[in-house]
Amino acid sequence: MTRPIEPMIRVARATGEALFLLAEAVWACRLAPLNLPKIFTQMAEIGVATLPITSMIALFIGGVLALQTGSVLADFGIQGTLGGIVGVSMVKELGPVMTAILVTGRMGSAMAAEIGAMSVYQEIDALKTMNINPVRFLVMPRLLATVMALPVLVIYADVIGWIGGGIVSTVNHRINIPFRLYMRNLTDTVDFEDITNGLIKAMVFGVIIAVTCCYVGLRTKGGPREVGQSVTKAVVVSFVLILIFDYIVTRVLFL
Amino acid sequence: MGLFRRRRAASDERAPARRYDESTPVGVEIRGLEKRYGDKRVLAGVDLAVAPGETVVIIGGSGQGKSVLLRHIIGLEAADAGTALVGGLPSVDPAMRARYRIAMVFQSSALFNSMTVGENVGLWLVEHHVFRRPEEVDAVVQRCLAMVGLEGSAGLTPATLSGGMKKRVAIARALAMNPDLILYDEPTSELDPLVSDTISRVIVELKQRLRLTSLIVSHDLRMAFAIADRIAMIHEGRIIAEGAPQAIRADHNPLVRRFIAAELQP
Repeated sequence: MTRPIEPMIRVARATGEALFLLAEAVWACRLAPLNLPKIFTQMAEIGVATLPITSMIALFIGGVLALQTGSVLADFGIQGTLGGIVGVSMVKELGPVMTAILVTGRMGSAMAAEIGAMSVYQEIDALKTMNINPVRFLVMPRLLATVMALPVLVIYADVIGWIGGGIVSTVNHRINIPFRLYMRNLTDTVDFEDITNGLIKAMVFGVIIAVTCCYVGLRTKGGPREVGQSVTKAVVVSFVLILIFDYIVTRVLFL
Repeated sequence: MGLFRRRRAASDERAPARRYDESTPVGVEIRGLEKRYGDKRVLAGVDLAVAPGETVVIIGGSGQGKSVLLRHIIGLEAADAGTALVGGLPSVDPAMRARYRIAMVFQSSALFNSMTVGENVGLWLVEHHVFRRPEEVDAVVQRCLAMVGLEGSAGLTPATLSGGMKKRVAIARALAMNPDLILYDEPTSELDPLVSDTISRVIVELKQRLRLTSLIVSHDLRMAFAIADRIAMIHEGRIIAEGAPQAIRADHNPLVRRFIAAELQP
């Protein structure tokens, strides 16, 4: 029979080990210049895997946001402020969170699966026997790539979301504001600080995705079934942490 | 504490500060090694010495602690009690890694599927920046692949190889380190007799050409009798018999006799 405190001890231990892994990976970043090919390969994989789906989802999220908000604003005759609302919502909240969730689904799961399979099939042990630090070889490139690629993807998602909102604002007969007016209100409302804060959020989410997925992968033991379970666990834990840290970072940066 | 000790060893990535082409066969000494996983006692006080340049085969049934013993010698596990010394230094000590090159051939081969055969074999050389020019790495990779009879396969991926070829690539990867000590974990398991003979022949040739210290864990007695200078039998975490192949064949211990009879029956 397990005591009720045991799950809490497991969570505390996992948190400590994940933070230790983060510290090791950050320390290994001093060797990043010698590992540029690995970092660029990871960045390219994140971009190639995520860009098409990011484009599509950002376009529709911007569109839906404009449709829902614009129709309410139109009732009060203030639909001219729609550009600012869509712009700020995208850069502060929807862009970073949506992109982080997409990257978790596409690349975080792949990281957990690849590293989990390497653990199960003794490849991590093989690295250790060759005196190659798995954290430097596997975790550090993924951490740096995710932290650098996610803000770029967020900027891209923000812009596509703005365009989606602008298209809906222009073509929807209830909202019906010219694209130029929409964009002018957007550029007048969105501050540079809003954008940089959104990018800071994206970098925090990048750290969460890389460390969580690599940690879960490295802790995988057993066989193919356990690799599958690790992928699910890595994705779910990343989602939860992204949303928790979304609140914390918002509280610290914006309010 | 074990976590931190292992991590410290793993993060010390120095390659031995001596010329790549210098190899010094190194001895192994295991004293009173004990290990438990939960309630299960896997090693119950193992004592074993391997002289520099010697080939020792550790035989025994499944689950008797053979592979766990190897993992202690290479520093992948920390013992509950006792020590595993390589060249007089504890295997978990980063100083041992800084002084000696130890290679291991895993039971599963443990090749990196995302890399080609050549990249697998040259990984240690590249990651430790042993050579300045890629051509020098390529030359070592080609030489090591030729030693195991896999010339011209550097561009293949591990997924396209048979089990026997994967084992030979794993041996080539170990040889590329120009090791002072090489450990083999069940090198002929899950292979048909013909491929097993090929692997055994490769290990014998390497032993004769390179005079490496070799420690081989196996339950394949045909291979053990063919290549060993000395054989040790492990049972329930203890060495119960040790000696030259002829001495093991003539051993009167009923467990040894039963194991030999079961393994060598047609």
